[in-house]
Amino acid sequence: MNAQVSVLLPELLLAGMGIFILLVGVLGRGSQRLAFFLANFGVLASMVAVVGVGERGTETFFAGMLQLDRFALFFRLLFLASALLVVWLSRPFLQRAQQTAWEYYALILFATLGMCFLASGVHLAGLYVSLELMALSSYILAGYFRGEVKSHEAATKYFVLGALSSGILIYGLSLMYGATGSLSLAEVSQKLAAGPRSVAATAGMFLLLAGMLFKVAAVPFHVWTPDVYEGAPTPMTAFFSVGPKAAAFAMLVRVLWVGLAPAAADWRLLVSWVAAATMVWGNVAALTQDNVKRMLAYSSIAHAGYTLLGVLAGGPLGTQSVLFYMLVYAVTNLGAFGLVVLLAAKEYAGEKVADFRGLAHRQPVAAFAMLLFLLSLGGIPPTAGFMGKLYLFAAAVHAGYAWLAVVGVIMSAVSLYYYFRIVKEMYLASAGEGEGVAVLSEAWGVRALVVCALATLLFGVYPTSALAFLAPAAKIVPW
Amino acid sequence: MVTIGHYLVLSSVLFAIGAGGVLLRRNGIATLLGIELMLNAANVAFVAFAKQHGNLEGQVVVFFVMAVAAAEVAVGLALLVAIFRRLQSIDVDRLSAMRW
Repeated sequence: MNAQVSVLLPELLLAGMGIFILLVGVLGRGSQRLAFFLANFGVLASMVAVVGVGERGTETFFAGMLQLDRFALFFRLLFLASALLVVWLSRPFLQRAQQTAWEYYALILFATLGMCFLASGVHLAGLYVSLELMALSSYILAGYFRGEVKSHEAATKYFVLGALSSGILIYGLSLMYGATGSLSLAEVSQKLAAGPRSVAATAGMFLLLAGMLFKVAAVPFHVWTPDVYEGAPTPMTAFFSVGPKAAAFAMLVRVLWVGLAPAAADWRLLVSWVAAATMVWGNVAALTQDNVKRMLAYSSIAHAGYTLLGVLAGGPLGTQSVLFYMLVYAVTNLGAFGLVVLLAAKEYAGEKVADFRGLAHRQPVAAFAMLLFLLSLGGIPPTAGFMGKLYLFAAAVHAGYAWLAVVGVIMSAVSLYYYFRIVKEMYLASAGEGEGVAVLSEAWGVRALVVCALATLLFGVYPTSALAFLAPAAKIVPW
Repeated sequence: MVTIGHYLVLSSVLFAIGAGGVLLRRNGIATLLGIELMLNAANVAFVAFAKQHGNLEGQVVVFFVMAVAAAEVAVGLALLVAIFRRLQSIDVDRLSAMRW
């Protein structure tokens, strides 16, 4: 039993530090600096603990709730690293906006806790509760600008549609339980493979799928994304576009390929059309956006579409490409949103495409970093985005989804148009006034950007470093 | 004789009413009520299936769902209070600053 509790150390550290931060905040002692330090300490300690606990193969813990394999190890490290970078990026925002930092950092830790359990969960009940922990923390964080109507609007839309989707998901789970008599992914899979599928199992499967596709923001379940990403505080937008999205993909891969694998023929048909629609609509809708956050929101929808190709492909190759793409996408997107955070002079300024006008003349380093992230999002070598897409599309072709890979490549070309609108403003427009763009002054934010930029280049030039680590993680799927 | 079918009909009707409430009602409180109905529809189905299968897993999940529902309402009401202070209204349609 002791051995069982000790494997929870990373999660216990996160939860404990979150509660501790709240308590210190309530007592009203200590500065923003202390809150920042405690949040950093909690996340870093949890990272050390994740590495210390390591992987435990296919053994399950807590009555079949958790499985600490390489897949869980990778995703937990990814979530903790992105939480750390978001904490760094949040510092300038919290100082400028004069918001209290305590609840903010605590909620980031709680959301990360939910994501960590999503990565290691192999039981649908546990996955549901983890998903809700992540989502409820995110709703509050989206509304953290208490003085801004847009922030309330973002939180409300996120909450109403998120709660609707989780209602659909839990109803699907109840039908799945009715059809199979269990919520453990392994047992669900056995029961589904054993005999002909009942109506309840099919209905449950599609309701469950709809709930999960909402969380990854796939078309047609994406309508909340642009509004939430635009209205939420920008560091939180960076967080939502990376953490909860990667967590939802971790859940999607695990549920689809471990739990629902016997029914793959059915959901693959649906998911392939969803992937195509997501890639097309995400990129087309981004073309006309003038708000950079909204543009990146549609771009993140499009990237979810690309990632769905790897989910569809499945197998070691497809799963590996999904994990690698989540890594690449996390560093790239955090970098791009991070620049929007740092360049913004106050709450919602610095977010228009026009605000980037002439940036290369005034701040060449910042402009070059943005160029790097945009190239990576567009999938141009030698950046990480290129390697990520290469592996996704290769996996799709290998699995017989060549037509989807073709759609993906065409849509990547379309996406260059809107990414290069920002590049054009930065480099080709004359050094005009460029309103609302402040200097890169916040040290922690700049450090986060440097990490993102280096990782974007590293995984683009030398992807085998990550792929070698990810190859065993992709074997979670029993074949 | 009340069979599993009866419970399923009840739960699907509850679910439909709840989903309809979330999608159609503009009042923030009514939206919360709809969400609660959807979650409780799942609870009815869980308990009925647990009885049918003769295992307790479904009943345990109900406790999880109830806890989640309580947390969800707490967050939802807090949001509505914040909106009401701002707009003097809980009509969710009034929140339309952002459009594509």
